Amino acid sequence: MPTEMIHAEKLIYEYDKRDEEGNIIGAERAIDGVNIDVPQGSFVAILGHNGSGKSTLAKHMNAILVPTGGTMWVDGRDTKDPDELWNVRQTAGMVFQNPDNQIIGTVVEEDVGFGPENLGVPTDEIWQRVEESLKAVGMLDRRKDSPNKLSGGQKQRVAIAGVLAMEPKCIVLDEPTAMLDPNGRKEVIRAVEELRRKKNVTVILITHYMEEVIDADKVFVMDGGHIVMHGTPREIFSRVDELKSYRMDVPQVTMLAEALRKQGLDIPRGILRRDELVEALCRLR
Amino acid sequence: MSIALEHVSYVYSPGTAYEKHALKDVSFEIPQGQFVGIIGHTGSGKSTLIQHLNGLVKATSGKVIYEGQNIYDEGYNMRALRSQVGLVFQYPEYQLFEVDVISDVCFGPKNQGLSQEECEKNAKEALELVGFPEKYYRQSPFELSGGQKRRVAIAGVLAMKPKVLILDEPTAGLDPKGRDEILDQVEKLHKETGMTVILVSHSMEDIARYVERIIVMNHGEKMLDGAPGEVFRHYKELEKVGLAAPQVTYVMHDLKERGFDVSPDATTIEEAAEEIMKSLRR
Amino acid sequence: MIRDITIGQYYPAESRIHRLDPRVKIVCTLLFLVSLFIQNSLLGYVIATLFLGTVIRLSKVPLKYIVKGLKPIVILLLFTVVMNLFLTQSGETLVHFWIFTITEGGLRTSVFMAIRLMYLVAGSSIMTFTTSPNGLTDGMEKLLHPLNRLNVPVHEVAMMMSIALRFIPILLEETDKIMKAQQARGADFESGNIIQRAKAMVPILVPLFVSAFRRANDLAMAMESRCYHGGDGRTKMKPLRYKSRDRAAYILTLIYIVVIFVVGRFVPFKLWIF
Repeated sequence: MPTEMIHAEKLIYEYDKRDEEGNIIGAERAIDGVNIDVPQGSFVAILGHNGSGKSTLAKHMNAILVPTGGTMWVDGRDTKDPDELWNVRQTAGMVFQNPDNQIIGTVVEEDVGFGPENLGVPTDEIWQRVEESLKAVGMLDRRKDSPNKLSGGQKQRVAIAGVLAMEPKCIVLDEPTAMLDPNGRKEVIRAVEELRRKKNVTVILITHYMEEVIDADKVFVMDGGHIVMHGTPREIFSRVDELKSYRMDVPQVTMLAEALRKQGLDIPRGILRRDELVEALCRLR
Repeated sequence: MSIALEHVSYVYSPGTAYEKHALKDVSFEIPQGQFVGIIGHTGSGKSTLIQHLNGLVKATSGKVIYEGQNIYDEGYNMRALRSQVGLVFQYPEYQLFEVDVISDVCFGPKNQGLSQEECEKNAKEALELVGFPEKYYRQSPFELSGGQKRRVAIAGVLAMKPKVLILDEPTAGLDPKGRDEILDQVEKLHKETGMTVILVSHSMEDIARYVERIIVMNHGEKMLDGAPGEVFRHYKELEKVGLAAPQVTYVMHDLKERGFDVSPDATTIEEAAEEIMKSLRR
Repeated sequence: MIRDITIGQYYPAESRIHRLDPRVKIVCTLLFLVSLFIQNSLLGYVIATLFLGTVIRLSKVPLKYIVKGLKPIVILLLFTVVMNLFLTQSGETLVHFWIFTITEGGLRTSVFMAIRLMYLVAGSSIMTFTTSPNGLTDGMEKLLHPLNRLNVPVHEVAMMMSIALRFIPILLEETDKIMKAQQARGADFESGNIIQRAKAMVPILVPLFVSAFRRANDLAMAMESRCYHGGDGRTKMKPLRYKSRDRAAYILTLIYIVVIFVVGRFVPFKLWIF
């Protein structure tokens, strides 16, 4: 039994491809032989363009999808085992892309209480968990509000609190910032960082915003259902051309460093932050 | 030949508890053929602003002047205005409804009263302009990928042959390559047709790369208006209102502080790289 | 336009009525509605008015809101008044012109019917004004719980209702957005005959349905990922428990209904035609 938080072996997910009349005309592989390891307590980012299979992979970590080939273990539990379904979902909580479509309650605190209610947690403890979770994402003062009155970033923070209240060991965030403006994105990423520091939960962030993965312990890049690159952010971002071939981008600072390097300047690869670039340039003078 | 706002103000639900000043005394003129970016945080009034330009929202006070005429004049043809000033909303693929791509793009021209043939001709031209592959013309728009859906939706507005094209966050939710593809296409379109393009975006990097003029909105007021280099010079004020400058602008400012002889007005990677190389050669 | 409909809306405030258990409000509202029909005397209406007035006062909901809630039924109201006025023929003739005859009985019935209708709507809107949508569905769920034994999916229905309530504002906003987007493409929703107008709705309805389905899908997934598996084994964050004020409210309502029943039956109290 694997001891990592998430462990996938030769994971395959196939779905039927249909023609216009709905007849099956073949099978499509959204995930094709993926091996992935996420140690307990780490922060892992999965990058990939739309349709690369990254969201499908994320859904396997929460047993919303079960593999058609290979195996996915979450905290040592095989997601294919129906007896483990609710345990898997409680262990690996999931936050989705669209902030409006994942809030169930008509009042913020009731939404956060939804998960614990489903788990059969006693009333007093639900209140305690709701309060703690809302505090952890900085939304305690909005607990009585209607979710419709919140900004996108705030809604996503409520969604994170909703997962947190189920006391998971791992949070999978499936493009949580894709529909937000830059300030909302910052809010959400800050909330996630906070969680990692204070609660020591494993975080798996799926995104296509490069700025968000700089602090990750490890980055995986997906394309066509495969994992095509993996390494630390610095390793990944030093391969600018390769990233671009997978429809990805790098932060503007990295791009600038790369452009200067191509013009012959002696600048190290994989610059992530602007102070690094400024330092490197100062050394050249 | 221009589109202009003169002292436009807009108040939501006046006289109730929900009264809100969405726009306060906004004036500007955009000459035909300009590529303009509008930036501002969520709720700054930019969405309301662009809806004034094609008459979807009527100003509480002030005028909107299109080609010398006030659109609030009696008997002004609003529907004609809407085909001249094309507005592509955020997530425009959510308005697709027809059985196939080409019929959906024909919706606009059909509303203009064109014949079936003309509609199809315009639709095809529009699809070509956005780089949509011909083999999918007869496919259901709901079966396309996100990026392709968005192209179809933009073509749906272009098929009306507007002289002004307004795009509200046209790259929201797309992956990096998809973002670049759409914006490159828009730039090409702007060059080829001489259309006025007004781009609303949250990405300062994108704005800096494509537009020649930036209008900054804050709390319903026009805060700044000028060329990118000029506007981003005020990066500290921009930060105060929840905006920012492109990353390279910060790099250039840092370098200048450390004694590099660079112009902090560089806003794109190319400009910045050139400036840095120049200063190092000196 | 859609925003003008106040029936079914919640008016947030801190009042004695707001604090009552939703079950109390549902049951007492039903009792109040019944009380309007078990009597038909002037004194009975006076008592009903006093009761309703007190409740409105205690609820801190502005009277203006309740009157606004009556607007949608104005036509129905006029219709009932006119029908009863001319079609009920009993007692002394009061006015007679051409083919119309207004009798004492007709006047009496039409006035009482109008009052009943208005109190009916006002009474139920006081319930919705003072109970959050979630409270309402919780209350319903608990009250209808016995039906579970008859295999009625009470929990599921209640859950559906509360989700519907959450998504109504989102879908309204979305409708507005789609309408504007199609208008930007030259669509015209204002002119033409009924058939043309109905046809003009297609470009709104198709995207709206597509979006509603997508949202429903997403939501189902989000609920499952948060371990939702129906009502079994579920605990409640806000379980309903009767408090002393709830018992007091029940008792007061019961007293009211007994009084109105007795008065309506046995107390002779007549004023002119009534």
